[in-house]
Amino acid sequence: MADQLVFNGDQAIAYSWKQINPDVVASYPITPQTIIVENFSEFVANGEVDTEYVCAESEHSAMSLCIGASAAGARVATATASAGLAFMWEVLWIASAMRLPIVMSVANRALSGPINIHCDHSDAMGARDTGWVQMFGENVQEAYDDSLMSFRIAEDMKVRLPVMNCIDGFITTHALEKFIPMETADVKKYIGEYKPVRPLLDLIHPTTYGPFTMNDYYFEHKYQIHEAMQAALPVVRSTLNDFGQRTGRHYDVAEGYRTEDADYVIMAMGSTAGTLRYVVDQLRAEGHKVGSVKLRLFRPFPYEDVAKLLQGKKGVAVMDRAISMGSTGPMFPEVRSALYDAKDRPKLVNYVYGLGGRDVRTDELVGVFKQLMDGSAKTMNFMGVRV
Amino acid sequence: MIVRCIPLTTIEIRWHGRGGQGVVTANELLAGAALKEGKFIKAFPEFGPERMGAPIRAFTRLSDKPIMVHSQVYTPDMVVVIDATLLKQVNVLDGLKDEGQVVANFPDGKEKLSQIIGRSKNVHAVNATKIAMEEIGRPTTNTAMLGAVVKSLNFVSLDSVLEELESKFSTKFNKEVVAKNLKAVKRAYEEVD
Repeated sequence: MADQLVFNGDQAIAYSWKQINPDVVASYPITPQTIIVENFSEFVANGEVDTEYVCAESEHSAMSLCIGASAAGARVATATASAGLAFMWEVLWIASAMRLPIVMSVANRALSGPINIHCDHSDAMGARDTGWVQMFGENVQEAYDDSLMSFRIAEDMKVRLPVMNCIDGFITTHALEKFIPMETADVKKYIGEYKPVRPLLDLIHPTTYGPFTMNDYYFEHKYQIHEAMQAALPVVRSTLNDFGQRTGRHYDVAEGYRTEDADYVIMAMGSTAGTLRYVVDQLRAEGHKVGSVKLRLFRPFPYEDVAKLLQGKKGVAVMDRAISMGSTGPMFPEVRSALYDAKDRPKLVNYVYGLGGRDVRTDELVGVFKQLMDGSAKTMNFMGVRV
Repeated sequence: MIVRCIPLTTIEIRWHGRGGQGVVTANELLAGAALKEGKFIKAFPEFGPERMGAPIRAFTRLSDKPIMVHSQVYTPDMVVVIDATLLKQVNVLDGLKDEGQVVANFPDGKEKLSQIIGRSKNVHAVNATKIAMEEIGRPTTNTAMLGAVVKSLNFVSLDSVLEELESKFSTKFNKEVVAKNLKAVKRAYEEVD
C-alpha cells in the first residue's frame, strides 16, 4: 500500500494528475483552485511529468485550449472555480457537444456579487445543463479518488463526455487531511493508455470538428449528448464498484447512511454530507430514527437510486448549497421529481444553506432534523441566514 | 439543544494568531506529526482578508477515528494564543470546554495570564517570544508554541513533532535554521508552565 500523506484537497488533485501525466493541462488560476495548477506547474517545471502546460490568459481561453487539445487527440485536464467556471460557460457546451473527455476539477466557490471567495455550489449548478458529468466529493480522499475515476468515466466509449469533479472550496481544497493515494504504477495501469477517437491530427483519416448545423441536425446532436449522459449513469456506477474492489473505498452515486430504518432523512452534497453523518450518529444515540444521504452524482441525476433511498420515509430535507432565485435550491426539484412516481412519498422540504461559505454547524443540522421531526419545516427554508 | 461536537477520541484545537506569524505552519506541523502516529487529522485556517498582522484563527481536529465533521471548531478542547496582544482583543475562551486548556505565548507566567483571561483551570503560559528571540534570533514564535502545545496536549509525542518539523523545514530552510527551530520547540516543551 502507498504511504499515507497529509494533503489538502487541491494538492491531492494535483498529485492525481502527476500520477496520470496528462498530455495537456491548460488553465487559469483562481482561488480556491489555484493550488492545483500551482502544484502541477511545479511538477512540469521539475520534469516530473511531460505534460504540455499552458497558462492561459483567461478561463474562456483555458477551456478553448482544452477543447482544441482534446480534439487533436490529447488526454486533457484543467481546474477552475466560481467566476472562472462562469466565464467558461459558453465553451463548456462545445466540449460536451464535441464529445471530448476533458476532466475538470471545480473548487466550488460562490459567484459574485457581492464578491466572495468561499464555498457554495452556485458555480457548478450554473453549469448543470452543459452536458458535463458532475460528481461531488466530500473530503480530501474523495477529491483524489473522484479525480482518478473522472478520467475513466470520461474516456469510457459509452460516455465520451467531459467530467467535472467538484470539491468544496476552502473546506476541502485548503484543509489538510490524512489521505491514501494509489501507487503510481497502479494509477497508470488503472487509467491506461489514452485512446483518442478520430483525432484531428490523424491526417490519414481527416475529421471535421465543430461545424455549423441548422435545424436539420442540431436537435439530433443534443439528443445524442443526452443519450450519452443517460449511458454514463451505469458507467459511473460500475466505475465506483470497480474502484471499491481495487482500493477498499466503496462509493455509490447516492449513498445512504443509516437510512434503512430511518423515518427522517437529510440529503446533501459535498463536505456537509460528512458533518451530517456525525449528526445522525448523535441523534441515533438519543434514540431518534434518522439517516442521511450523500449525493455524489448530480449529472446524470440518479433518480431511481434517490427514490429507492427516500421512499417510505416520513420526512426528507434536501440541503442545497445554491439557490435559483425565484425558485428553490437546484437539487430540491430533482428529488421531488425522483419521488413523484414513488409509492410512498415522504414529506419533502428544502433547506438552502451555506451560501458564500457560511459555516455549517452540527447544532444547525440538528435543528433541521428537529424541524423535520416536529413538522415545523416549511416547504422552503434557510439554514443559518439572518432575516 | 446543545450537542457535544465530538466523540471523546477526538481533540479539537483553535489557534489564535496574526497574519504572518506562522499559525498555519504550526497547525500543519502538528497535523503531520499526528499522522506519523496513525491519527486522523483535519487542519485548516479560517480564510478572511489575508493581511499581515490581522487576527486570524486556525483549527485542528486530531482523532483515532475518521473525522466526519467539516465545520469550524466551536467548542475546543484547547485554545492556543500565539500573540499575547490578542488576549485583550479577542475572546479566546469562546466556547472552550470546561476541561479545556489554554496555551498562550505570555511573558509573565500562568498566574498573571489567568488573571488577564479570567480563568484559572488548565492555563499554561510560555514565553515563546523570548525563546524565539534567543534561539532563532527573530520573533517567529510558531515553532516554540508548537512545543508548548505538544507538552500540554499529551496526544502527540515530541519526537514525532521534531521529526515532522525537520523533514518539512529541511526542504525550505538551511540546516542552521532547522536546528534553531528544533531547539525552540524543545525549550518551549520544557519551559511551558
